Amino acid sequence: MSALFAILLYLATLVFIVGLLYRIGGYARTPAPLKIPTTPAPTTSTGVVLRITREVLFFESLFKANLWTWGLGWLFHASLALVLLRHLRYFTEPVWGWVAFIQPFGIYAGITMLLGVAGLWARRLLVERIRYISTPSDHLMLVLFIVIAVSGLTMKFVSHTDVVGVKNFMLGMMYFDIQPLPEHPGLYVHLFLVAVLLLIFPVSKLLHAPGVFFSPSRNQADNPREKRHTSGWGKKLESES
Amino acid sequence: MADVTAPAYRVIPIIPALKPGAMEGVKSFVANDKIQEAIGFPGQLVDDWHDKVIAKMGELLGKYRSLKVYMDACVHCGACSDKCHYFIGTQDPKNMPVARQDLMRSVYRRYFTLPGKLFPKLVGARDLTREVLDEWYSYFYQCSECRRCSVFCPYGIDTAEVTMAAREILDSVGYGQKYSNEIIGKVHKIGNNLGLPGPALADTLEGLEEDVKEATGIDVRFPMDVKGAEVLLITPSADFFAEPHIDSLIGYAKVFHATGTSWTLSSMSSEAGNFGMFIGNYEQLRKIALRIRQAALELGVKRIVVGECGHAWRVAYSFWNTLNGVGEGADPNDQFAQMLQKQLDHRYKQPMHICEFTWDMIGQGALSFDKGANDKHIITFHDSCNVARGSSMGGYPGGQFDIPRNIIKAVANNFVEMSPSTTHERTFCCGGGGGLLTDDLLDLRVKGALPRMEVLQQVVDEHGVNFMACICAICKAQFTKVMPIYGFDRRMVGGVHQLVSNAIILGDK
Ligand code: HEM
Ligand code: HEM
Ligand code: SF4
Ligand code: SF4
Repeated sequence: MSALFAILLYLATLVFIVGLLYRIGGYARTPAPLKIPTTPAPTTSTGVVLRITREVLFFESLFKANLWTWGLGWLFHASLALVLLRHLRYFTEPVWGWVAFIQPFGIYAGITMLLGVAGLWARRLLVERIRYISTPSDHLMLVLFIVIAVSGLTMKFVSHTDVVGVKNFMLGMMYFDIQPLPEHPGLYVHLFLVAVLLLIFPVSKLLHAPGVFFSPSRNQADNPREKRHTSGWGKKLESES
Repeated sequence: MADVTAPAYRVIPIIPALKPGAMEGVKSFVANDKIQEAIGFPGQLVDDWHDKVIAKMGELLGKYRSLKVYMDACVHCGACSDKCHYFIGTQDPKNMPVARQDLMRSVYRRYFTLPGKLFPKLVGARDLTREVLDEWYSYFYQCSECRRCSVFCPYGIDTAEVTMAAREILDSVGYGQKYSNEIIGKVHKIGNNLGLPGPALADTLEGLEEDVKEATGIDVRFPMDVKGAEVLLITPSADFFAEPHIDSLIGYAKVFHATGTSWTLSSMSSEAGNFGMFIGNYEQLRKIALRIRQAALELGVKRIVVGECGHAWRVAYSFWNTLNGVGEGADPNDQFAQMLQKQLDHRYKQPMHICEFTWDMIGQGALSFDKGANDKHIITFHDSCNVARGSSMGGYPGGQFDIPRNIIKAVANNFVEMSPSTTHERTFCCGGGGGLLTDDLLDLRVKGALPRMEVLQQVVDEHGVNFMACICAICKAQFTKVMPIYGFDRRMVGGVHQLVSNAIILGDK
């Protein structure tokens, strides 16, 4: 079982990293021939950095759009971030001070993350418009997060697993020295689904995470008159005339 | 089209229930082969359209980062779903921005992503069939490319970009729209969207000089093709004869007169509008923009000022510098661009909006007004979508909102805002933008105007508003057409420079 999970996790990590780099490379290589920031937009690159930071940290645009989606979505993502940071303790020895510090918050984050996802799913199921635009994969994605969170919380609150064993396994993975993985059905489910998550990341809507940085309507400075914008194929046309 | 009626105002403006298929049958007239071929597209739907569509889509995905990122990034969060005026007015779920994108995204997923190739049903991917293609045509010509959805999307996904790509793909397989493509043909052949030839234009301008002389006793000039003028005015051709557009043209002329600015129009390039943007075709967009550079070089002007037109200002402000070099910095290899750079006066913004020009002059004290002349009006201002969300003024974010309002307040005493959820960056499209200002889409246009009409009604009831100013030729044309259907007087709509024209004091300069 340990070997099986080791292989699965290696494979998933590989697909995740290579896939994501490939997609990001694709975004970066594709030119943006025209200036299309959604205005009013910042006129300087510092302003653009701030705009994207606000989008990433606070979901500024979503806040303008819909408070419910914003609240639930933000709760979900902030909790997710905390949970992931808390998980660093399985990958570091000694555990970094600030990771140790956030451990207690991380536990609540698991619960709030679950609440957030559940709320988002309820919205997807109950609001007619959102139900209309949802594909089966949209629902399954939320189910995936729910099961990951529930299996994690089960290990925390219901049926403990040997976290020291988990840590040994993960550290072993990092040094290509496979250690035994504690036997625990909750852990198996948890890790299997995490692998699934990593595998689908580069081919699913989870690409919104890199996408937000590459969206021309958000990442361009509004200075077309002051600074001539050219790129790729658009520039080539130039010398032809 | 006498049977077109206005939808009822919503009692409380809540999000409407879905009416699937409500606008399925709406299909803007398709361009015939003459129109198509005149601008280099296949005349009829080509036999191998299926493969061509997929190939073209692949090409565009490689050419536009916007399209590529937008196809992948949408999480179906629904934040945009209730933001489109066409959805609000028609209740057709396919007019929700995300659903409109999904018409293309479903095909993208099927042909360009692994999950869509393996499990199409799971991820909402579908084969490209003739039905799908017809659906594209129908619904991508029910989007005015107003970008309201993009304001609210957490990733800024701009449905307008998707619509432009879809129209470009459709054109490339011979499935074009009559209205837009015919107009593009006219620009190339005659010089403007309305097909008004040079001599007719000269007549019109002469007539205007007489009219203004009669009304004011002052010789305000409407010069055309004057070499060596300081300013070249590029304005939508509707300004030359349509009501109420023409009153704004008179306004510009009076501002130039009162400030002693020498200016000229160009008969060769008598059009600010650029429908190349509407159909998402870069070559057309560029070709039409290059006409302006040509006119500027021929006339030797120092400044280029753009009249009241929304999408034209977006093209001028955001794209001209890239396309034709009106702005700062030019390609060292491009001889004409270099010539233009030397010729333009870089102390001024190039291009400049007529509102920026007027507001600057007001700031310098070069203009004086009799505000009382506008006292018969209680005025509100409709932000035009392309100005609000696709451009700016004054060199700072939000200048596009302040400057027109500042002008109105400088020339009139009674100004009232409409509901803030429908102005500034949140403004609603008039319902006729993006190549939809055609009578074969009148039903859609009337329904799309609903959210604006609702809030206009509010200020009419509460403040007695009787004039809605705007700075867009399409808004003006659309509103004069649909407002009577909502029970408003068509003369309630007019340009900002119409108000300027009313109040400006013309000394004997
Ligand atoms: C740059 C970082 C990220 C930003 C700015 C971001 C932003 C957003 C926003 C604004 C939404 C829409 C609102 C919502 O439904 O919550 C969303 C949805 C979602 N995000 Fe993220 N996200 C980021 C990273 C991630 C990551 C790393 C994951 C998972 C590993 C993730 C998973 C999801 C999921 C599953 C949804 C869909 C929720 C639903 O179906 O309603 N996000 N994200
Ligand atoms: C290889 C990576 C991972 C390992 C080894 C792992 C392991 C664990 C373990 C052992 C627990 C139980 C904690 C305890 O008993 O104190 C846990 C909890 C949890 N896990 Fe993971 N996990 C991984 C990845 C993830 C990912 C990617 C997510 C989210 C998408 C996630 C979400 C959670 C949640 C929400 C909890 C419960 C709250 C908490 O204890 O923080 N895990 N995980
Ligand atoms: S761009 Fe405007 S018309 Fe098109 S989908 Fe978005 S909101 Fe609707
Ligand atoms: S707001 Fe953006 S991410 Fe959300 S459904 Fe609309 S297009 Fe997709």
